[in-house]
This record gives sequence, structure tokens and C-alpha cells, in this order.
Amino acid sequence: MKQHNVKAWLYLLPAILFLGAFMVYPLIDVFVYSFEEGFNSASQRFFGVGLYNYSYVLHDPYFLQAVKNTFILVAVTVPVSTGLALLISVGLSSIKKLRELYQTVYFLPYVTNTLAVGLVFMILFKKTPYTDGLANLVLGLFGVSPIDFIEGPYAARMFVLCFYTVWAVLPFKILILTSALAGVKKEYYQAARVDGTPRARIFWRITLPMISPILFYLVITGFIGAFKAYGDAVALFGVDLNAAGMNTIVGYVYDMLYGEGGGYPSYASAAAIILFAIVLTVTCVNLLVSRKHVHY
Amino acid sequence: MTGEFTRIERAERRRNRVRGALTYVLLTFWALVVLFPFYWMILTSLKSYGAYNSEYTPRFFTLSPTLQNYADAFTAAPLGRYLVNTLIFTVITTAAMLIVITLAAYAFARFEFRGKNIVFTLFLSLMMIPNELVVITNFVTITNLDLRNTFLGLILPSITSVFYIYLLKENFAQVPDSLYYAAKVDGTSDLKYLFKVMIPICRPTLITVTILKIIECWNSYVWPRLITDDKAYFLVSNGIQEIRENGFGRENVPAMMAAVVVISVPLILLFLIFRKKVMAGVARGGTKG
Repeated sequence: MKQHNVKAWLYLLPAILFLGAFMVYPLIDVFVYSFEEGFNSASQRFFGVGLYNYSYVLHDPYFLQAVKNTFILVAVTVPVSTGLALLISVGLSSIKKLRELYQTVYFLPYVTNTLAVGLVFMILFKKTPYTDGLANLVLGLFGVSPIDFIEGPYAARMFVLCFYTVWAVLPFKILILTSALAGVKKEYYQAARVDGTPRARIFWRITLPMISPILFYLVITGFIGAFKAYGDAVALFGVDLNAAGMNTIVGYVYDMLYGEGGGYPSYASAAAIILFAIVLTVTCVNLLVSRKHVHY
Repeated sequence: MTGEFTRIERAERRRNRVRGALTYVLLTFWALVVLFPFYWMILTSLKSYGAYNSEYTPRFFTLSPTLQNYADAFTAAPLGRYLVNTLIFTVITTAAMLIVITLAAYAFARFEFRGKNIVFTLFLSLMMIPNELVVITNFVTITNLDLRNTFLGLILPSITSVFYIYLLKENFAQVPDSLYYAAKVDGTSDLKYLFKVMIPICRPTLITVTILKIIECWNSYVWPRLITDDKAYFLVSNGIQEIRENGFGRENVPAMMAAVVVISVPLILLFLIFRKKVMAGVARGGTKG
């Protein structure tokens, strides 16, 4: 084929300009920032080069709190949401009537504004002097005394955050898993049925191995997504997450950059790079594990 | 012998029926969990301020629905402004992105040029870069360019998406070369070929990308929060957060819920109208979750 050097580059130019200015340059710059010590936004000067920013961030109690919150969130929501999505998808695949209706309903959270619907969750779980809130009404039926889920004990706050996160991430997982389940060849099931294989065995020996690549894809993206949690927490606990004790790592990065305690791009950069390192490590571990257990 | 057979068969059928019923119970339960927040926000938005605050035990229905909260949401807070801003932001960002990614995908799919493979590999590797890493410098860049509290500042960083370029390039590459040569023989220019042949053929992918981008724009929160502090430029996410923090002068939950309903309706309508397209699109290129 003929070469179209100039023309091709002209077509690519807008994309290259935008990617260069808003992805490649920032990517290099974030590392530079993270090593510049004592950077001052106003004067654009810094004192020296080193690892002080990382050390500051790693010793900041707010950061440690954010790391703790994020890890709990990841450890709870990834297995729970994946398991629940699998259960629901298997249920969906086994029915015929009303299947489309259920699928449509399950997908709704995907197309909602995280901040807006989070507000509804806050109202449902909040305990005020005027009302105990709906969640407490339900708990009251089981004889539990009212808890303030939004400003009360840490476990209660964490529970709401995890609950809302699971609610919000399930649509994507259910969608992907139902199409994966529909893709398993009918012949396998028929062969198993002829042999009189019990249902549980069919599930563990046929269904699960067949969808394991998709399942692991969901676990990996689930980990990445959960490590980046932020919007859900803001919706439930407000903008000042440090004060609420419910900050996440991403929230810490943004708070360092901007807002009440902001104006420290160097600390923000160091925290963002630490987050990236964590996510990269976890993803690599996931890939190593998947190589052992996934049947391609 | 036959007696035993029918007995076993009957037991099996009964077990199946129980399993079927249990499945529906489970599915319905989760459907209710999903739907309940929506029901609750609509219900609360219809309760009057006085009625809501006098309910120590929340009621599951209301006998005197009112639309007053919707009027309050638009008058006491600049909700209309937030909606218009979000619309402008979504339309311009999506349109600009479509142009940029179409041109780039066309170059990769159609032209042979020196360095093509290297550039394409570099593009692909950019897919792994999380937004959190680049947002810091972008914030500084936009601030230094004096573009805070402008639409330009809001829009610029989200105009390109490597993933969508990749998606579109794969689709463009499926269009047979023979069409291109035929068009060349007829003297069609490359740009005309793109608009008359490539884009119509690949419309499904372009629609998918458009829908995904609209959802992303409508829900974007972090970047607008960093780049705007003037309420005149808030998008809906920041607007609702502002309403939550500073309210309507007092803690007016029903009006807040009315605002939530107003913000949620456009995307839900988009979804219900293009249900199949949205779900297929998210299955192909969705990321949330």
C-alpha cells in the first residue's frame, strides 16, 4: 500500500496533542512533583529533591486512615459483589419468565448519578433527632436499638459505604456474568444430564470452569475499581472525608490537591503514586493466581 | 417398578418447583433492594416539608402528594443552571471526542505510515494509566492557563479516550479494503470516504461510544469539583453535593430528593429508550464496577 505519511499524521494530530498535553506530560510530571521537596504552589519553587513527600504521606494519620478504609472496602466489596453477582446471574439464567424485566431493573444503578443516589442512601441510613431513619426502622423489627450509620460507630459507617458500593457495582458484574453464562455450550450440560450428574457438581465442574476467565476479569477490574473508590464516600459522608474518618486513598489525593487542606501537589503526587503501586501489585498477584486457576 | 419411577420423577419435579420458587424469591428480593432507593426518593420528593418532618416513623406512602418540592428545588437552588451546564458540557465533550477519535481511528485503520506500529503501541499502553495519576498536573495546567471556572477548562482534558480510539479502529479495520479502492478509482477523497462509507458502516460502534461517553459526562464529579468553585459553572454532581452541604437554607430533605429525581431522570430515560444499545455498549466497553 502507498504511504500516507503527512496525511496520516494530520489525522492523528488532534489525538496526539490532547494525549500529550493531558496524559503523557502529566504522567511524567507527577513523578517530578512527587520528588520535589517543599514545593510551593504560589512561588512555583522547591527546596530539594528526595523522598520526603513519600515519607510525609506514609506518616500522615489521615493517609493511614484512608489506606485502612480503602483496604477494608476492597476486602469486603470485591468478594461480596462478585459472589452476589454470580448467584443472581445463575438465578437469572435458570428462568425464562420476566427475565428481561429483572435484567432491566438490575441494570438501573449503572445509569444513576453516584452523588445523587448516594444522598438517598444517606437519608435511608441517617439517624436524626426527628427520625431514626428507615434502616433503623427495619432493624427495630429484629429488636436492634437505633444506630447512626452516618455519624455513628466506625463499623456502621463502613457497613453503609460497603453496602452502597456493592449496590452500585453489581449491575456491571451481573451484565457481564449473564452473558458469560449464556455463552456456555448447551452440549456440556446435556452430556452431564445424561450421565445423571447432580446440579451442584455441574455448577462446580462445568459452569464455573467455563466462565472462570470472565470471573477473573471481573475480580481484577473489581479490585482496581474498589481501590479507586471516592464518589460513593463523598455522597454518604460529605466533602470533608478526613473529618468524618471515612476518607479513601483517592480522596486523600484530591484533598491534598485542593480544598480546605489542599495546595500540596507534591504530597498528592506521592500519594497517587503509592496508590498506583498498590493497584499494580494487586493486579499482578491476581494475574499470577489466575494463571493457576483459570481454564482458558 | 413403574410406581417407583413415577415416585422418583414426581419428587424430582417437586424439587425443581421449589428451586424455581426460591430463585424467583431471591431475584425479586434483590430487585426490591435495587428499586427501593428510587421509590424512596420519588416518595419523599412528593411529601410536603411539614409532613416529612413530622414523621418520626417514616411512612411508606403519602396521601397528599405535592409538587412544591420540585418548585423549591429550582428556585431555592440554581438546579436549572446545573442541568444546563451539564447538558452543555456533555454535548460539547461528546461531540469533540467523536471527531478526535474518529480521525485517529481512521488514520490507524486506513493509512500506512512510518512509525504506525510504535505510535499505536504507545496509544495502547496509555490505556493502563489511571486518571488519578494525571489529574494532579492537569489541575495545575488548567489553573495556570487561567481556565478555572470555564467550560473550556472542564472539557479539554476529557476530549480523548484511547480506549474508544482502539474500539473504533478495530471496527474500521473490518471494512473491506475493496470498498476503499473502488472509491479511490472514482476519485473520492479520503475525508469523503470516511464520512460517506466508514462512518455509516460503523455507526453501531459510534453510538455505543456516544452513549458510554454521555453516561460518563453526566456523572463526572472529581474533575468539575477540582476545576470549578463558582456555582455558575457547577455540573449536576457538584450541584447536588452543594445542595447537600449547604442545603436550601435549612435541612429540606424533600426538596433535596426532588433535586435527586430531576438529576436522575435524564439518564434513566436514555437507558429505558436505548436499553439494548446501552447494555450491549457497557458489556463491550463499560468500566464502572
